[in-house]
Amino acid sequence: MLKVADIHTFYGNIEALKGVSIEISEGEIITLIGANGAGKSTTLMSICGITPPRSGEITFMDQPITNMKPDKIVSLGICQVPEGRRIFPYLTVTENLDMGAFLRKDKSEIKKDMEYIFELFPILAERRHQAGGTLSGGEQQMLAISRALMARPRLLLMDEPSLGLAPLIVKQIFEIIKKINTENNTTIFLVEQNANLALQVAHRGYVMENGRIVLSDEAGRLLSNEDIRKAYLGESI
Amino acid sequence: MISFSEIKKSFFVSLWFMFLTFPIMVIRVNTIENIVEWRWKNMVFVGVGSFLLSFVWRYLIKRKEYGLKKAEEGEEMRISFVRRILQEKKFYVPGLIAVGIFLLAFPLIFSLYQTNIMVSALIFVMLGLGLNIVVGLAGLLDLGYVAFYAVGAYSYALLNYHFHLSFWIALPIGGAMGTLLGVLLGFPVLRLRGDYLAIVTLGFGEIIRLILENWNELSFGPSGISNIPRPSFFGMDLSVHGSMIFIYYIMIVLCLFTIFVVNRLQDSRIGRAWIALREDEVACQAMGIDKAKTKLTAFALGATWAGMAGVMFAAKTTFINPASFTVWESIIILCIVVLGGMGSVLGVIIGALILILLPEYLRAFSEYRMLAFGIVLVVMMIFRPGGIVSDVRRFYRFEGAGGKSGDG
Repeated sequence: MLKVADIHTFYGNIEALKGVSIEISEGEIITLIGANGAGKSTTLMSICGITPPRSGEITFMDQPITNMKPDKIVSLGICQVPEGRRIFPYLTVTENLDMGAFLRKDKSEIKKDMEYIFELFPILAERRHQAGGTLSGGEQQMLAISRALMARPRLLLMDEPSLGLAPLIVKQIFEIIKKINTENNTTIFLVEQNANLALQVAHRGYVMENGRIVLSDEAGRLLSNEDIRKAYLGESI
Repeated sequence: MISFSEIKKSFFVSLWFMFLTFPIMVIRVNTIENIVEWRWKNMVFVGVGSFLLSFVWRYLIKRKEYGLKKAEEGEEMRISFVRRILQEKKFYVPGLIAVGIFLLAFPLIFSLYQTNIMVSALIFVMLGLGLNIVVGLAGLLDLGYVAFYAVGAYSYALLNYHFHLSFWIALPIGGAMGTLLGVLLGFPVLRLRGDYLAIVTLGFGEIIRLILENWNELSFGPSGISNIPRPSFFGMDLSVHGSMIFIYYIMIVLCLFTIFVVNRLQDSRIGRAWIALREDEVACQAMGIDKAKTKLTAFALGATWAGMAGVMFAAKTTFINPASFTVWESIIILCIVVLGGMGSVLGVIIGALILILLPEYLRAFSEYRMLAFGIVLVVMMIFRPGGIVSDVRRFYRFEGAGGKSGDG
């Protein structure tokens, strides 16, 4: 579905991605784990077109999207849940969701999707007239995910959905991620620091270090990989 | 809620003020007779005055905090008086009719002078509404807005001077020139926001003014362009009085048109994109909103109104020169938007009327105008940071199967 081939992304003179290749097929949950500053978020931003790669190629459904503008990429069905949630603080929950459906024009379908989301996250339905900024962190994350879902993405990119949330909420969020994947057959690309949880929900995983992919395997096998356990799962052996 | 410590604090404030103003308020050296006058009476005035002011100040802040607390506890949305009037049909429909009749009859009741002032105010209403698109909706702080105003005015003046184009042809051209310039300014500042954007737009405004001042061949420099014709009424030239009344009605129509368009824009897709852009740029891109296009349309549409207002201004004064388009004008327009309430159409109208009409009617106190202006702004920002009429946004109601409908 999505094929990232040897992309190099720069911030000014700094090379953040030094040849990253990733392949995602339809219906999968893929996770990208790695330490701070490894280039996980940059990979995501490169796919979205917000920081386009200087070389290399990205194809989505056999269509090159390497130097497309972010809004075009979204219209193809790649939607992002940005890092740190980034909901619209002064818009209400409903308006936030409505923004997610910005590119869609099928009003009745949008309405249906909104109902689906309120089923998925009943707490959002309760707070539908509340301004986004007044929600708690967990609720904001749910809102951010819901907002992305409103675009009916074929590929959902998530940047650290567990960031700054209580363990219990994180667990809930990951369950929802799994549910979205199985119920709607939405392909999910998950960038995470919380490697343990991410690998538990994902089918396959990529490990990133200093702008390079150093390892890729089935999630289960990565979980039992000794080096991974030592480096990312905080186990002392 | 007024405690002893409050009084004590105010007391110290007054002591401090008495100390600060001592050299200028109390001591007066008479250099002719070589004596020093001690005016202790002034010190008492300063003391009592600053004590009272400080006390009122503290009291108001206290009350505001108390009000906020109460609003939180009640969990009910506090609906302001103005908003309640706006929502009740039986209040605002007759109100609207009364205002309409008053506006239509205005030039027939009042003198030419009054009409003249009103036209100025209406021009600023238009400018305020235009800037409201850029600052209030899209959240792009533009300090060089007057540049577009100048371009509109000069395009009418120059087109008329060289090609004898009439007002009616120049009006859309002036608007188009504004749009064009808005896009031109928009491109380089696409990546900027906040303070950086403000500085660049400030510079842009100054560049336009300096060009007009120094490029004598084009703009006739500081001496300006005079004898700009007033709009003709179906080919007839009117007397000074008649044409002012005519301009007044044109302004009313233009303002109504502006209000209509701005209202429609607010509820459109592009309006929602502006609001999203104002709130969060990254999220806005993640939602598939074209950032560049959204910013450019905000600049371009905002500038269009300024261009048309400029044409009106040139037609009204019949003489323009660069001195009418200084940074100060930009600031006034920005103040109109901020004071009236960012993003609120009614607020901007009220803001423009207050800021333009009051100084005219209070000419007797013109020396204190700036002082009053400053005080009003400071007080407003502390006690009503949202402006006189804070943005009455539409809320989407979503009632299960009932579906979503926008009203508000």
